[in-house]
Amino acid sequence: MQEYFLLFIGAMFVNNIVLAQYLGNCPFIGTSKDTGVAVGMGGAVVFVAVMAAAITWLVQEYVLAPFGLGFLQTLAFILVIAALVQFVEMFLKKMVPPLYKSLGIFLPLITTNCAVMGIALICQREEFGFVKTVLFALASGLGFMIALVLLAGIREKLAVRRLPIAMRGTPIGLIMAGLMSLAFFAFKGMI
Amino acid sequence: MILTSGLTLFGIGLLAAAILGVASRLLFVKEDPRIALIEDNLPGANCGGCGFPGCSGAAAAIVAGKAPATVCIVSDAEASARVAAIMGQEVLEREPELAVRDCTGGLRADDAFHYEGALDCRAAHLLYGGSKACPEGCLGLGTCVRACPFDAIHMGPEGLPVIDPAQCKACGNCVAACPRGVIAVSGMTARLLHLNQTTDCLAPCRQKCPAQINIPRYIEQIKAGDYDGAVMTIKERNPLLVTCGRVCPRPCETMCRRQYVDETVGINMLKRFVADRELHSGSRLPVPCAKDTGKRVAVIGGGPAGLSCAYFLRRLGHSPVIFDAMPALGGQTRYGIPEYRLPKADLDWEIQGILDLGIEARLNTKFGKDFTLASLREEGFDATFIGIGAWQASGMYAEGEDLDGVMGGIEFLTAHALGQKPETGNKVIVVGGGNTAIDAARTCVRLGAEVTLMYRRTRAEMPADVEEIVGAEDEGVKFRFLAAPARVIGDENGKATHLEFYEMELGEPDDSGRRRPVKKEGSEQRMEASLIIPAIGQKPDLGCLYDDGEGECPLETTRWQTIVADPDTFETAIPGVFTAGDVYTGPDLVISAIGDGRKAARSIHYHLTRGDIPVPETTQKGMIPYTLFKEIDFVERKKRAVLPHLCHGDDRNCTFNEVEGSLSEEEARAEADRCLRCGLVCYDRDLREEPFLPDLRDQTKDA
Ligand code: SF4
Ligand code: SF4
Repeated sequence: MQEYFLLFIGAMFVNNIVLAQYLGNCPFIGTSKDTGVAVGMGGAVVFVAVMAAAITWLVQEYVLAPFGLGFLQTLAFILVIAALVQFVEMFLKKMVPPLYKSLGIFLPLITTNCAVMGIALICQREEFGFVKTVLFALASGLGFMIALVLLAGIREKLAVRRLPIAMRGTPIGLIMAGLMSLAFFAFKGMI
Repeated sequence: MILTSGLTLFGIGLLAAAILGVASRLLFVKEDPRIALIEDNLPGANCGGCGFPGCSGAAAAIVAGKAPATVCIVSDAEASARVAAIMGQEVLEREPELAVRDCTGGLRADDAFHYEGALDCRAAHLLYGGSKACPEGCLGLGTCVRACPFDAIHMGPEGLPVIDPAQCKACGNCVAACPRGVIAVSGMTARLLHLNQTTDCLAPCRQKCPAQINIPRYIEQIKAGDYDGAVMTIKERNPLLVTCGRVCPRPCETMCRRQYVDETVGINMLKRFVADRELHSGSRLPVPCAKDTGKRVAVIGGGPAGLSCAYFLRRLGHSPVIFDAMPALGGQTRYGIPEYRLPKADLDWEIQGILDLGIEARLNTKFGKDFTLASLREEGFDATFIGIGAWQASGMYAEGEDLDGVMGGIEFLTAHALGQKPETGNKVIVVGGGNTAIDAARTCVRLGAEVTLMYRRTRAEMPADVEEIVGAEDEGVKFRFLAAPARVIGDENGKATHLEFYEMELGEPDDSGRRRPVKKEGSEQRMEASLIIPAIGQKPDLGCLYDDGEGECPLETTRWQTIVADPDTFETAIPGVFTAGDVYTGPDLVISAIGDGRKAARSIHYHLTRGDIPVPETTQKGMIPYTLFKEIDFVERKKRAVLPHLCHGDDRNCTFNEVEGSLSEEEARAEADRCLRCGLVCYDRDLREEPFLPDLRDQTKDA
C-alpha cells in the first residue's frame, strides 16, 4: 500500500511532470493565463494521460514486447495516443456534450502534448505493472494540473501589477515557472 | 525486421483506423451543415463579443435560431448578409452602436493607486473603492484600454479613456472590464430609452434636471467650441431647448456644486446660447430617427408634454399624431407665457422642427368633443398619450368673483395670446405670487394699465422666479404684500369696480414649511379695480374625459382633478393609455412636462414593442446623497455671466419685445469654463479622511 502511496505522491509533487521533468512546457505556458482555462486543460490532460498510459501499456505488453519491437515504442505510442484523442473527442461529443463543449480546443491540443507521451514512456522505462501505470498516469496528470492552476493564479495576479513592459506576458511566466520549479524541489526531501 | 516493423505499425494503424471508423459510425452526431458554412463566413476572431463561446458557438446559435445572423460584432455588413443568406433571411439594417464614456473629468482619483503595484481599475476598486468621496467616476488606470480586443480605446491626455469610433465594434468588453460603470455601449435608441440610474455617474445638476439632460456633457462641448454637439446632447433629452433656454426656472442650478465656491454655473444661459445659435443659423441640425415601426400613437395635447412625447416616439421610429384643441401647438408655452419672455416666432420655429421629423398635427380638435378614446381606437391607433395640461384657473373663493371684470390669470394670458385684446381698463389688480401672476401683471403693464400685485405672504415667500419679480418691479408693477381678497364689489351693471381685501400676518408654518398667513380681523380695505385677475393656481379641465361633459369618467382621477397613473411607467388604468405633464402632476414646470413626456414615450415604446415596461430597480428618483458636498476647495473664484437686457427705459414697458438676450460666444465659453466638470467625478476633497490612505495629495505634489 505504502509503495502505491509513495508512487502517487512522488509522481504528483517530487517528480512533477512539468516542474521536475520539464515535459509539456508549451501548453503549460500557453494555457496558464487564466485559471478557468487552466482547470479545463488540466482536466483534459488527466483524462487523456490515464487512458493513454493504460492503452500504451497493453500495446507494449501484448504487441511490441512479444515481437521484440521495443524500438518502435515512440512511433507506436504516437499513433495510439493520436487515435485515442480522436476517439475520446468523438465519444465525448456524442455522450457528454457539455464536457465536450467546455473542453473545447484543449482536447485536440493534447494530441501534441509531450507530457502525455512522456507519462506513457516513463511507465515503460520504469517497467510498471498495469495498476501502477494507471496510478502513475493519474498522479502525473494531477501534478500537471496543480502546476498549471498555480501558475495561472500567479499570472492572473501579475497581469494587474506594474511590470517592466519587456517582462510582461511569457517572460514573467517563464520566470515564475522557474521559481515554482525551484520551490517544488523542496518536495525532494519528502521521499 | 523492417517488414515486421512495418507490418506491426501498419497493423496498429489499421486497427486504430478501424476502431475510429466504427466509432465514427456509432458516435456520429448529426450536425447541421449550415453550421460549418456559417462558421466559414465568420471572421474567426473568437472574441466572445457575441456572447457565445467562440465563432463556432455563434454559428451553432444562429442555426439554432438563438441568435440573429448579425450576431457577430466584428463581421462587416457583407459577411452578415452572406450568413443571413445561408439561413434564408434578410439582414435588417442595424442601428450603429458605439462605446461611450460618461465621464468629463475633474479631480479624478490620483494616479497614486500603486498599492502593492496594483495597476488595474478592478483591483483598485476592490482595494478602496477609489480615493473619492463618491463611488462613481473613472479611476483612470485604463483597464478598459487593455480589455479592448480591437485597440479602440486609449488613455487621453487627461488620463481618461478615449474611444476611437472608427475602431470600436461595440463588443462591450470595456463595459465588462470597467468596475465603475463609466463606459456603456449604446446606440441612439438605447440612449433615448435610458433613465438615470443610481449606478450611473451623475453630476448633481444632472440628477436634479427633470428632463435628465446630460448637463456636464453639453457644457463641456460648449467649452470645446462644439456648439452643434451641445445642441444634439440637449436634444437627446429635450426637444424644446429654445423655449427652456428662456423660461426654465433652472432647478438644476440649485444643485450646482459651484455654489459652494462662488455662484452657480449659468447652466440655462448656456443652453439658450447654443439653442439661439441654431435658431439664428438659418438651418436645422438633422435629428436622427430610428426606422419606421409602423405603429401609430395618438398624442392628445400639443403642449410641452405632448410635443416631447411625440418627438421621442418619432425618434424611436413610431408615428405619432398630435391632437390639439387650440389653433396652434405649444400649449401653455404659447398661451401662458407672454411674448416678451418667449417670442412666438421662436416657438413656432422650434415646434416646426419637431413636426418636420414626420409628425402630423390636427389642430382645433377638442378631446371629448371631436374625438374620444374609443374613436381613436377605432381609427387604429396602437396607443394613446394624454397630455392636456391644466387650463382651468382656480378661484379666489371670494364673494363676487363671477362678476364681469374678473378673469383668471391663465384665461387672461390665453385671450391675450389669441389676440382677443382683453379689456384691462387702467387699474388692474393681480392676485397671486407665482409666475403666472407676474406674467399677467407684466402683460397688463404693457397694455398700459397701472398694476398692483396682491400676495398674501411676504415677498420672500413668493414662488415666482426672483428675476421675474425684479423685472416686474422695474417695470412699475406695485406690490401689496400680506393682503388677501375678501370680496369683489360691483356696480349696478354687474361690473367689478373694487376689490375688498384683508390685511394678513404670518402665523405658524404650514405643511409647505412656509408660515401660514392669518387675516387681521377688521382690517378690510377697498381698492379700485377695472380688472381683477386671480392667478392663484390652475388645475386640469377634465370635462373632456366624460361623455358630453358628464357621466362616468373612463379614467381614475384625484381630488386635484389630475389623472391617476403608475408613477414609474405613466400608464393609466386603461392599458395602452399613458399620461404625463400638468394633467398628471398638477401645475408644474415646463421642463418637468418635457421630461415626463419622454418617460411616457419610453413606456409607450416598450408597450408597443415588447408588451411589458421594464423599470430598473436602480432608477434614480431623489438626489444621491453621497454626491452632494457642502464645500469645495482649490477652486478659483470667477464671476457668473449676466444675461444682457434687450430693451431699455420706456421702451420696455410698452412693447412685447423680448426682454432678455443671449450670451456672446466669448461669455458663453467663459461661463462654460466655470463648470467644475463634476460629471460623475466627485471631488476628493480631503483624502486625509480616508482611513487607509496616506496623504496622497502631498505625495503626488512632491513627485
Ligand atoms: S473607464 Fe473604467 S476601466 Fe477604464 S480607466 Fe476608467 S475606471 Fe478604469
Ligand atoms: S472593448 Fe469597448 S471600445 Fe473596444 S471595441 Fe469593444 S466596445 Fe468598442
